[in-house]
Amino acid sequence: MEILGYRRPDGKVGIRNHILIIPTSVCASTVAANIARQIPDAVALPNQHGCCQIGPDHLQTLRTLVGFGKNPNVAAVLVVGLGCEGIPIQETAAEIAASGKPVEVVIIQEIGGTLRAEAEGLRKASEFVRQVSHQLPAKVDISELSLAIECGGSDFTSGLASNPAVGIAADLLVAAGGNVMLSETTEFIGAEHVLARRAKTPEVAEKLFKIVHDCEERAKYLNIDIRDGQPTPGNIAGGISSIEEKSLGCIYKAGHAPIQDVLKYGEIPKGKGLYVMDTPGQDIESITGMLAGGATIVIFTTGRGTPTGSPIAPVIKITANPRTFKIMEDNIDLDASPIISGEETIEQVGHRIYEEIISVSNGRRTKAESLGYKEFGIYKIAPTY
Amino acid sequence: MKKQAVVINPKDNVATVVADISANSIVHFFIDQAEHALTLLEDIPLGHKIAIQEIQAGENIVKYAESIGAATELIQPGRHVHVHNMESLRGRKDK
Repeated sequence: MEILGYRRPDGKVGIRNHILIIPTSVCASTVAANIARQIPDAVALPNQHGCCQIGPDHLQTLRTLVGFGKNPNVAAVLVVGLGCEGIPIQETAAEIAASGKPVEVVIIQEIGGTLRAEAEGLRKASEFVRQVSHQLPAKVDISELSLAIECGGSDFTSGLASNPAVGIAADLLVAAGGNVMLSETTEFIGAEHVLARRAKTPEVAEKLFKIVHDCEERAKYLNIDIRDGQPTPGNIAGGISSIEEKSLGCIYKAGHAPIQDVLKYGEIPKGKGLYVMDTPGQDIESITGMLAGGATIVIFTTGRGTPTGSPIAPVIKITANPRTFKIMEDNIDLDASPIISGEETIEQVGHRIYEEIISVSNGRRTKAESLGYKEFGIYKIAPTY
Repeated sequence: MKKQAVVINPKDNVATVVADISANSIVHFFIDQAEHALTLLEDIPLGHKIAIQEIQAGENIVKYAESIGAATELIQPGRHVHVHNMESLRGRKDK
């Protein structure tokens, strides 16, 4: 099976051709946003972090920003720094440039204020527009795809219908040689033993148990109860009674393939097949981690309905709740509710989802893309100092 | 027969209703291939769970063939099973 994609200098394939503006800290985010405002083909990350972060929290922010720059959906990158932030500006740019794509840098304190920085940024970004405008997508094998799977605003239909249907599509992509990522460690709680049976090696199973254990311990360390946040009020209204129930429904979306490895937040997988990434259950932070890990397309199942998109990747929204599809048709791409009414099987809808993945890979815009939704959020793992 | 409730795995002691169903209605569901019927003891909203057997206080609530928590009181078949009579056993500061 072939799809259309953009082959990057490092050999990886994207399905979109974005010019990305990365502010290395919150202090540079306004300049980045102002540049993107004038260049319709460019998109800026709304970075809220990047300074006064320590240890693994600092490294995680760095890994996420670099991962976004390296993502194959990105054709060229403009790095905008303030000049005195904790995230090293030139190092960030150099790491991204190692992937072979064009990277430019503007530093506000060096160039002399925001107006000069914006003028220089506009000049560089507009040059990128002309530079990448002649790139056309070419036929590539579907195994070049990297699919991130997310669920959010879950209700009873998620575990019963949309997640198992996405699991079918995930299995099809893994069988075709592609990459699939499952995330949201919070939503493995109570289901980790089921997932661990599919780990490729005992070490991978051990890693799975560890990330779930650490997630629970973090809550206990803060003397809080996961029940205060999970399930969410919307989950409860939708019939989900506990994190265990939510988790057992969640993991269906990863299908049945063996789990190759457990990745750190934002880590790029080394091979093909199904991977688990250690992210929180919060949708935006979870998707951000998987995109930093190189995912190029996102499937998002929802029960209650959600508008989420991404700055650099198409997000396909699916619900099996017939009311939600009707109420939120502006946001939801695919109606899986025929599974609930008994008109279609999980397998049939799974194949429809796979067709949708192919169509969106070939350039068709999702509803989130057409509405301009561009959420981005880095998962912080320590306080800011 | 219209499907009104779903039992995901034969090991489950709850079913999920797939319509808003009022008290005293009889709901039909399948466990494997066998059809069962049960009278609801209260109104159950779409997507919520009902006990399909008697569940003792402290006993696991089983869905997807796995524990999703424990009953906090005796639950009769046909009763709503939700946060008022069951609790999660994970990620708790008190356990």
